[in-house]
Amino acid sequence: MAVTMQVDIVSAEGQIFSGKAEMLFAQAADGEVGILPHHTQFLSRLKPGTVRVVSGDEEQHFYVNSGIIEIQPSMVTVLADSAIRAADLDEAEAQAAKQRAEEAMANAKSETDIARAQVELAEAVAQIQSISKLRDRLHKTGLA
Amino acid sequence: MAGGSKEIRAKIASVTNTKKITKAMEMVAASKMRRAQARMEATKPYVEKVKRVISHVAGAHPEYKHPYTQTRDKVKRVGLIMVSSDRGLCGGLNSNLFRKALPMLKQWKEQGVEVELALIGNKAKTFFRSYGGNVVAAVSDLGDTPHIEDLVGTIKVVLDKFDAGQIDEVYLASNEFVNTMAQNPTVQKIVPLEAEAKSETHWDYLYEPDAKTALDLLMRRYVESVVYGSVVENAACEQGARMMAMKNATDNAGEMIKELKLSYNKARQAAITQELSEIVAGSSAV
Repeated sequence: MAVTMQVDIVSAEGQIFSGKAEMLFAQAADGEVGILPHHTQFLSRLKPGTVRVVSGDEEQHFYVNSGIIEIQPSMVTVLADSAIRAADLDEAEAQAAKQRAEEAMANAKSETDIARAQVELAEAVAQIQSISKLRDRLHKTGLA
Repeated sequence: MAGGSKEIRAKIASVTNTKKITKAMEMVAASKMRRAQARMEATKPYVEKVKRVISHVAGAHPEYKHPYTQTRDKVKRVGLIMVSSDRGLCGGLNSNLFRKALPMLKQWKEQGVEVELALIGNKAKTFFRSYGGNVVAAVSDLGDTPHIEDLVGTIKVVLDKFDAGQIDEVYLASNEFVNTMAQNPTVQKIVPLEAEAKSETHWDYLYEPDAKTALDLLMRRYVESVVYGSVVENAACEQGARMMAMKNATDNAGEMIKELKLSYNKARQAAITQELSEIVAGSSAV
């Protein structure tokens, strides 16, 4: 039996994942981190991206807009600002959001508009990446 | 006498209509309450987890102490976030909460502490418009499914004032959901946090990008989630209180209809008796 840690992924509007995992990947403030059990205490801001939870042969993907990750030797807590299961994401929606963000950036008037558009763009790109990663995986496993 | 019974009949019809409406509102509130309760349960894991993280932070030996965990010696101004419902017809829900908060407002006034109000919901706005007070932020019309995005602005106003040293403590007044029939108005201090400092440990986190940014975000998320949680809880309370209020109204309407029917029948009988005695009197006179 592999060493596991408790993983909880929650957003303000509900619990998303709770269970044991052997490894977890997340987009921390300074780059992607891979967490194994007995990791030292770690607290970071999360960037828009995918949180991957590995337990056994199974790997689950969760898309996180932004949030906080806290790591204790025996547990990982992801406080997501808003998170949805990666498989539920609609690629067309993400593309449309990206397009909207780009359009908004093209004719942005104030600085706040540009900032908002940049955030939207970053989120859309992360969503698309998350989807294509998921699709690659599905291809490999022959599910798609 | 016939005129009297006609009036009573009209009254019965109008009360019956009212009863139908209150009955419908009761059932709507009951179904909305179930959904609101489910939402309330859904927000709990986040608040629990943030609290857990914060208790870990309190147990750590951080290089950086966040201002939200530091009690200030002198409290000159306080912020009060008041959570109320948008609509009425929910019994004493809002007035009980205001009644709970007023003694605190008075006490602060006596101590020379200024109060800045952040109001959530229409009812608080209406109340403080007539009561007076220094309102710095307000949000209303959140609907049945409040979203955290709608509250962020209001919370930010209050927290920014705390950061700038313009207020020294932040309180939150809202209703606590006891069960479907009971709501408990509460006022609690949310900032600064009363963190149980058990500093036997000697570890600290690795922070990314740095301690201040990470802790700042964590503390803000904490306050946001607590306020959001109480707004969602208050929404469940509102539906519960409305359900009870409407149930009472329906019962009262039923009673009223019963009484009105009784007096209608009495009036009808009296009219018949009178008519009969008039006929008898008329025939004996012939």
